[in-house]
Amino acid sequence: MTPTPGSANSNALQLDRVSRHYTLGSSAIRAVDDVSLTIGSGEFVALLGSSGSGKSTLLNLMAGLDRPTSGAIHAGGRNLAELSSLELARYRRNTVGMVFQSFNLLPRMTLAENVELPLRLAEVDRDERSARVAEALQRVKLDKRTVHRPAELSGGEQQRTAIARALVNRPKILFADEPTGNLDSTTGESILNLLLEIQSSLGMTIIMVTHERPIAEKFATRLVIMGDGKLLSDGANAGAALGVKSGVEQ
Amino acid sequence: MKLRDMTELAVRNLREALFRNSLTTLGVAVGVASLVAMLSLGVGLQNLASNRLTKSGLFDSVFVTPKLNMRGGGPPSTAVQQGESRLLDEDARQEISKLPNVIEVFPQIRFPTEVRFAEKPYPTVVAGMPLSSKQSGAFDGMKGNFFSGENADEAILQIEFAKELSKETDSLVGKSISIRYAERQTLGDSSGGFSIVPREKQLHIIGIVETEPASGFGGFGNGRLLIPIGVAQSLRAAQINDLRDVVRGNATTKQTYASLTVRAKSTANVDDIEAAVKKMGFGAFSLLDASKSLKIFFRVLDLLLGLFASLALAVATLGIVNTLVMAILERRREIGVLKALGAADSDVKKLFFVEAGVMGFLGGVSGVIFGWLIGRTLTLATNIYLKRQELPGVKISSVPLWLFVFGIGFAVAVSLVAGLYPASRAAKLNPVEALRYE
Repeated sequence: MTPTPGSANSNALQLDRVSRHYTLGSSAIRAVDDVSLTIGSGEFVALLGSSGSGKSTLLNLMAGLDRPTSGAIHAGGRNLAELSSLELARYRRNTVGMVFQSFNLLPRMTLAENVELPLRLAEVDRDERSARVAEALQRVKLDKRTVHRPAELSGGEQQRTAIARALVNRPKILFADEPTGNLDSTTGESILNLLLEIQSSLGMTIIMVTHERPIAEKFATRLVIMGDGKLLSDGANAGAALGVKSGVEQ
Repeated sequence: MKLRDMTELAVRNLREALFRNSLTTLGVAVGVASLVAMLSLGVGLQNLASNRLTKSGLFDSVFVTPKLNMRGGGPPSTAVQQGESRLLDEDARQEISKLPNVIEVFPQIRFPTEVRFAEKPYPTVVAGMPLSSKQSGAFDGMKGNFFSGENADEAILQIEFAKELSKETDSLVGKSISIRYAERQTLGDSSGGFSIVPREKQLHIIGIVETEPASGFGGFGNGRLLIPIGVAQSLRAAQINDLRDVVRGNATTKQTYASLTVRAKSTANVDDIEAAVKKMGFGAFSLLDASKSLKIFFRVLDLLLGLFASLALAVATLGIVNTLVMAILERRREIGVLKALGAADSDVKKLFFVEAGVMGFLGGVSGVIFGWLIGRTLTLATNIYLKRQELPGVKISSVPLWLFVFGIGFAVAVSLVAGLYPASRAAKLNPVEALRYE
């Protein structure tokens, strides 16, 4: 098992020899191959790797969107691989928040309605919903744009909305799949600064997939590098503190 | 997800592809409209037939005769039977009228008479009619007026008899006639015998009727000169049962009736009344069985009409399946997002179910309205045609409340069945693949 860098008190996730294999025609693809990894609570982990390295597949497995072919993923004392489809949905609803490269906001809904969606799924009362939506949008500084639709916003604003949607259920772990991939570098950095602010105020674990090493080195506290489905390296990011500071100052 | 949130989301989704979903809903509406229109025709025709029969008084009536009737002297089921003989007299009438759900009990009074009009004799049969017979429909369209009271010295002529009296039948209304009849006078001794005394009575002609309101059971021959039942009773005219009682040695000083007609509150009470009357020691007969056969016929007719109309709804169902499958393709990514945010397979399934249900409900509501309008139009067109033929109007279509509820409920149920496959397909979507979909 890879040792856990950083000073996390407990584990947010623990992966034990996780594999995800696909069959494409007659050939077997090992998207994730025998990966073991422990992520502590409050860490900001960047999953790095080239295209097809298996980083997004690993993120999907950790987020409970997919199931491993073999191995165990422990989160909150439960093995995700053994959860029923309904339990896995509850895990995604209550423990996890997700931010995507292409934002994935529902175009016909307003910002407020998009952010409210996870609360609807969690059957939160209407009164509480509106308060939590307002709070989440205020946190990402979009509280003046609640009635706008995604198409009326810039890419950065859309991603901030997606972050608000991911945060509204107060998850323990935030998964971000290439969150800056569709944004220019300045906007991308502002998004990552926002994530850092949220992490420091809410104390959540962030696991981000990116292929941009400079960004990862600037913001993440730990770099996990993947290649051909395997874990190539895993270590603390020495420059992260400086990067974070400079990022916040921008 | 709560049903209210689910419904809001479903309606929002339906609004997004408004044109396509409206066409699908319209398909359901057309299907339901054809179903409702067909069934409303079935119901309307059934009402038309059964109302006529119910108004005739034949189906909500029980015909009572003394148990030991004369063979051929009464209805078939009351022919000679063994058992205790009981007189069908005023006491019996009062007893029967106290049975539950009995509206009225009146005797069938018919007797031969000779009518004197313009110095000429015309033999015929007089029938006493209760005032309630006005509701039977037999007097609809009569010339002149119905009886002003139960004891009014008035007469209504059956048209065929009126023609015998005068070629100008209309001119008879307002004129007077006298009837000669045989009054039964009880002898003062205990023999139970009676004497026959000829009497004469003046009556005022107040109307002429084309139907035969006095036809039916319980009497002999059809009365062609109709008088109020109160007057008929007061005449104490000798009837065939008087002779029968003498022959059988049952003669009494009391007045007896050849038969009584018992009117029930509804056809549903006829069986019970019939049984109770039989238990009291009388013969009883009703035409309810004939009415039941009629109902069965219309049920089968409704079923066949409904089956044909359901074909249109079946086609509409395919439209719903098609629309929802298209929606899954278009909203594949959205389904992935919902699942990533924590929607369970069952949430996604329910969402598509609710969308199908909403389309079914809206289609059902518009369908029953369309169906009702089609029925109204058919009735209107039929009545215009009948009016041109100088025939009275009819209501051939009827949409009762149950048909409204059934139309909407059936549309929702069929739509939910149509939504089964798409909903299940949407629920099974792999969230990773769905999120990757462009």
